[in-house]
Amino acid sequence: MSEANRPREILRVENLKKRFGAVQALKGVNLHVSSGEVLALVGDNGAGKSTTIKMVSGVDQPDEGTISIEGRAVKLNGPSIAEALGIQTVYQDLALCDNLDIVSNLFLGKELKRPLIPGVLSVVDKEEMEKRAVPVLDSLGIHLPPLTTPVASLSGGQRQTVAVARAVLWGSKLVLLDEPTAALGVAQTRSVLNLIRTLAKKDIAVLVISHNLTDVFQVADRITVLRHGETVAHYKNSEVTNEDVVAAITGASRKVEM
Amino acid sequence: MSTVPGQKEPTSTNDEGLFSSIKVRLASGDLGLIPVIIALIVIWIVFQILNPHFLDPRNLSNLVQQIVDIGTLAIGVTFVLLLGEIDLSIAAVSGVSAGILVILATSWTGPFGAIIAIIIAILSGIAIGVFQGLWVTLIGVPAFIVTLAGSLGYQGILLALLGDTGTVPVINPTLLAISSTYLPGWLGWLLAAITVAVFAWATLGQRQRRTQKGLKATPINQLMLRIIGVAIITSIVVLTLNLYKGIPLSALILILLVFIFGFVTQSTLFGRHVYALGGNAEAARRAGIKVKWVKVSVFILAAGLAAVGGILGASRLGAASPATGTGDLLLLSIAAAIIGGTSLFGGRGSVYNALAGALVLGSVENGMDLLSAPSSTKYLIEGAILLIAVTIDTLTRRRRIKAGR
Repeated sequence: MSEANRPREILRVENLKKRFGAVQALKGVNLHVSSGEVLALVGDNGAGKSTTIKMVSGVDQPDEGTISIEGRAVKLNGPSIAEALGIQTVYQDLALCDNLDIVSNLFLGKELKRPLIPGVLSVVDKEEMEKRAVPVLDSLGIHLPPLTTPVASLSGGQRQTVAVARAVLWGSKLVLLDEPTAALGVAQTRSVLNLIRTLAKKDIAVLVISHNLTDVFQVADRITVLRHGETVAHYKNSEVTNEDVVAAITGASRKVEM
Repeated sequence: MSTVPGQKEPTSTNDEGLFSSIKVRLASGDLGLIPVIIALIVIWIVFQILNPHFLDPRNLSNLVQQIVDIGTLAIGVTFVLLLGEIDLSIAAVSGVSAGILVILATSWTGPFGAIIAIIIAILSGIAIGVFQGLWVTLIGVPAFIVTLAGSLGYQGILLALLGDTGTVPVINPTLLAISSTYLPGWLGWLLAAITVAVFAWATLGQRQRRTQKGLKATPINQLMLRIIGVAIITSIVVLTLNLYKGIPLSALILILLVFIFGFVTQSTLFGRHVYALGGNAEAARRAGIKVKWVKVSVFILAAGLAAVGGILGASRLGAASPATGTGDLLLLSIAAAIIGGTSLFGGRGSVYNALAGALVLGSVENGMDLLSAPSSTKYLIEGAILLIAVTIDTLTRRRRIKAGR
């Protein structure tokens, strides 16, 4: 138990560079996340946060630099490769199918089947999917309407919860969240932040992009600041003030090494 | 909605009664079969008042035979609409396959020849579907254009096939028998019993699996009510048709197709992926669903079903002509799916709705013919029904977006 709970480094990104045509989007991004840790990646618009996430989730490939998962350098040439390595991404636009119910969304693309006529015809086993989803949701402290409810009738926070739960259901080591609280109200934001802390307690490494520094200070263990495509500062949440972070984001402070 | 800070949002009521399930449906903008069944009842009452022969077993038997080709095409349309796509070529495809069928059957007059001709006609539809599906998915030309262009081309092919002979009659007795055979009364009742038994087995089986896995299950009383409801409806249908000549074979084929493809949409992986794709294609792609494969398959299905519809139509009319599949078949088939409640925007609807929609349109056609109303009135009324159906869909969708976030 203690062995499993000792933080191990899950993700290390070193000197990541990416150019889109004339624009040097990333000029040298460095960051690392360990198991059971929440790292917030902050920065102004265009600082390169989303581009970095895309590299780590395998959607885009860097021009230079290395991405290491559990100490091994990897080439993430597609989302499925990242997924196979235990990286799950919760996108800003949630990527849920509104017309399907909660269970179908949790198991989208990974549906369980049972044989109707053995060897000839199998059907989707919704009951088994629901049965397997319940303990995972319970362990995350997630309370949702009956799992057969269509996602369309859920609130913004509940939808975000479904999206996060889907990432966890597949036993991921690293969960990437892109602006998870952007469209949410106060109470919903709080429950999503609680959920992120729960993920960390379950020994998952979490990388969160956020604009909202209040949220960042509530949820993150460490904060990495990007500016103009470069990592400009690493902070520990407990050792930094809101003003320091803002100064690093806007470039009002000297580069902080760590 | 106000929530106590620090607590999770309130879970909705655990009572999964009929009322709350209707509320959920309203909220999600999925009214299911409710509006179309109300429409059907109203239409039947009106026509029965205007002409007391409308609900005669004989007329109802005619009615179900008249909707067989529209209904078959509408099943395929439903799949395409579930993806949020459109197929404008199905009527022309049904014409081509009818043309191929009659030409082959003029030289092959035996029952074996009929079967081979049917298979080749269906394969021709499937080939067209492969072509269109690949063109849409691999090259990325909108389905609207590919199938519109296809539709023109297939009409040309039909003209070339039938050439100067013009109308070709069906002389193969096996082909003609498809639409002139009625099942004996006892067989109708046997099929009704099997239908009810399968329905009961499926619903009770699902309940049993849910209880075994410790999930919330629908109360047994409610399931029994549903089973009794299905039994009553099936009995009325069989009783009515048996009062005339029995269940028409062509109608049985349509009902079988509806059941098979209803099962495909609801229970198979392919069907679930069709819904996922229609709901959010990007989400489906990210979840690892083979989006292109699903799309191509759906276009193949639509064209294949169009070919089957063409065969059934040729059998009923006893001929294929250069005009086969032109007329209003295309628009009526699409209208049938939409009137049944399948959304034009993708992701919502079902094959059963298509059957209900075809019944609504068929009833209007048939009722108007009984009243010897002119085509002008018929078209006006069908147009109005389509407009109302899409308006209901749009309004519930708008309501859903409001409720959604």
